[in-house]
Amino acid sequence: MRACLWVFAVVLVFGFVDGKRVERLRTERISGSAGDVLDDDPVGRFLLSSPVRTLNPDEADWFYTPIYPTCDLTPMGLPLPFKSPRMMRSAIQLISSNWPYWNRTEGSDHFFVVPHDFGACFHYQVDDQSTQCYQSPQRGIGNSKTFEIQYNEEKAVERGILPLLQRSTLVQTFGQRNHVCLNEGSITIPPFAPPQKMQAHQIPPDTPRSIFVYFRGLFYDVNNDPEGGYYARGARAAVWENFKNNPLFDISTDHPTTYYEDMQRAIFCLCPLGWAPWSPRLVEAVVFGCIPVIIADDIVLPFADAIPWEEIGVFVAEEDVPNLDTILTTIPPEVILRKQRLLAKSFYETCNVIPTTCATR
Amino acid sequence: MKLSMLQQSYMNRRSASFRASSAPLDSSTDSTIKSPAAIFWVLLHGLCCLISLVLGFRFSRLVFFFIFSTSTTTTLYMTTPFPPLAKTSTNINDLPLEIPVINRTLSSSSRVVVGRHGIRIRPWPHPRPSEVMKAHQIIESVQREQRIQSGVKSPMTVIVVTPTYVRTFQTLHLTGVMHSLMLVPYQVVWIVVEAGGATNETASIISKSGIKTLHIGFAQKMPNSWEGRHRLETKMRLRALRAVREKMMDGIVMFADDSNMHSMELFDEIQNVKWFGAVSVGILAHSGGGGGESSSAVAEKDVEPNLSNPAMPVQGPACNASNKLVGWHTFNSLPYEGKSAVYIDDRATVLPRNLEWAGFVLNSRLVWKEARDKPEWVKDFDLVAENIESPLALLKDPSMVEPLGSCGRQVLLWWLRVEARADSKFPPG
Repeated sequence: MRACLWVFAVVLVFGFVDGKRVERLRTERISGSAGDVLDDDPVGRFLLSSPVRTLNPDEADWFYTPIYPTCDLTPMGLPLPFKSPRMMRSAIQLISSNWPYWNRTEGSDHFFVVPHDFGACFHYQVDDQSTQCYQSPQRGIGNSKTFEIQYNEEKAVERGILPLLQRSTLVQTFGQRNHVCLNEGSITIPPFAPPQKMQAHQIPPDTPRSIFVYFRGLFYDVNNDPEGGYYARGARAAVWENFKNNPLFDISTDHPTTYYEDMQRAIFCLCPLGWAPWSPRLVEAVVFGCIPVIIADDIVLPFADAIPWEEIGVFVAEEDVPNLDTILTTIPPEVILRKQRLLAKSFYETCNVIPTTCATR
Repeated sequence: MKLSMLQQSYMNRRSASFRASSAPLDSSTDSTIKSPAAIFWVLLHGLCCLISLVLGFRFSRLVFFFIFSTSTTTTLYMTTPFPPLAKTSTNINDLPLEIPVINRTLSSSSRVVVGRHGIRIRPWPHPRPSEVMKAHQIIESVQREQRIQSGVKSPMTVIVVTPTYVRTFQTLHLTGVMHSLMLVPYQVVWIVVEAGGATNETASIISKSGIKTLHIGFAQKMPNSWEGRHRLETKMRLRALRAVREKMMDGIVMFADDSNMHSMELFDEIQNVKWFGAVSVGILAHSGGGGGESSSAVAEKDVEPNLSNPAMPVQGPACNASNKLVGWHTFNSLPYEGKSAVYIDDRATVLPRNLEWAGFVLNSRLVWKEARDKPEWVKDFDLVAENIESPLALLKDPSMVEPLGSCGRQVLLWWLRVEARADSKFPPG
């Protein structure tokens, strides 16, 4: 873990970045199911090849600090967020002691990429006795850490953004209106979806779209919240309970190898919230021309000024989930065709700006 | 879970008595003063732990919620799960505690609450037939749009010319062609020319198609010999082309004989024709009766259509390596010398002509009197004789023919002639 910190601290890049340009960046997704947790830093790679990058700190207006606080993993292979605040603090201490730029402005011209579930609200390791008590006897010792994650998220939300980072700009995938983990001035970026993998799974565009609604993923987080009600605020469980018998809804917890191909054969792709409101499904749906059905109240979507999310996606309130089939079938066909046309257009618009990280069609 | 209800009410009663002296939540667990209230809190805490160990959820939070819901109001944010929950009949948890825990971050004013929510299930979570229909209509319109997007940009009307006459197998053959035409995703105009005059039988068959039809009667009766039939069919096709010319029909003319079989890709491929195109036709030449000949013919039919494979003869354009038309593959009638059928109800093999009309498609403007970009290598339609062998006679320069179906390598339709004995009758009804 220490080694990771040192590697990234040494690779600090000082860059001059136009405020608007920063919005077009993408970053990696930190999640156990992604499998590519330790992928290269796409944001850093993009900035390194950007024309606005300079290696001379004196002429720089913005400083990019690539720090990977969740680079340690649990024994199960999931990211370990408990040491994140400590790592972040040591990293900032390193840069503030070696270079004068942090102290000059208290970090307000530095920006960090925090692609974690709740942005810069890191999970804290809780030591006090009280939380230990809330473990159910059904959970074994091996799961005690994961059980803590659920409640620590609430605690992390309680404690808010790390105070050291309060003045810096945060580039994050998490976005929810009026939430403590989304500062004003933070930039919401789309989650990372691997471009090579997406390109490799393309099918001919004239393959008829025969799946009405498609979703693959968890409905109940059996490790952390088996009864349901906490995970996704009950929305995913509601989707399952209401539509598991509906032939129009191709939903399951499978992990098929034809996941991307199936998305290209579907008209609607559900993008419900999980523990956090964002998910790479949104990006994948846009890339594959499947209309995203966003079920996440108060979500802040990335690049909202460039991508007309209301026009290309369907927004469903979490309380309307039981009526999802009615909502989707009462959309007139002309509107659906228009959304599909706009999807193709939006894809090209966003990907033209980041040619290195986007799949080409 | 009556036990929990009892305990809950018990806890409520106990905690209610302490409401007046309720301390803020955060400080309660940090208290170290050994006062009766503190000891009580510790005991209460222990009891909560025991209960949650047994029941498996955070029970004490719920208790504190009950306490604070009556005293404080600023931190109360609830999404409204109650009204919809009242409508649901079942819930995945049979616990009575479907109450959201309040969001205790005082700084935020989010509408969304962190904590336990109910799982909303509507009373009859099964698909409704009207919605399934609507969904299928949506799927159909999306697929139509996809076809438009990826397929031909501006599809032309397909004008189909079919010569026919009333006989035993007419219903069989005509229905086959009709069903193929009904599946074509483009506009179709079906010109049916009938030998022996327009009859009600033919009219009743083609009226079931649902596509635009033009039923033309041809005064001559169909002769009994294959030779005569071929000649008459040629005249009937030219009569149809005359109708196209007179009515100035716009589209792509193709010749669909009523006993032929057409693939759907044929109709997509002919959209690519500019003026005059040729496709490869698989020839299913067989003998009408039983015996060794027919079994080998059956084997021929099952073989993959392949130009290099002599099992199924193919008629059509021949191209060289650079995909330019250099000649024609025609039917080799030498093996059948003297053994071919002469009369329509003969049991011998029926042979096709050298080049069948079915293998050619043309732009309808070629037969118009006045067309803007009509090429000079086309003869004027009025000067064409009545006994031409194939549509190639319409052209002055046969090398201008466009080979379709990847230069004739794809067989897109099959030629077949099957007729019943003269005295047989088609089953009624």
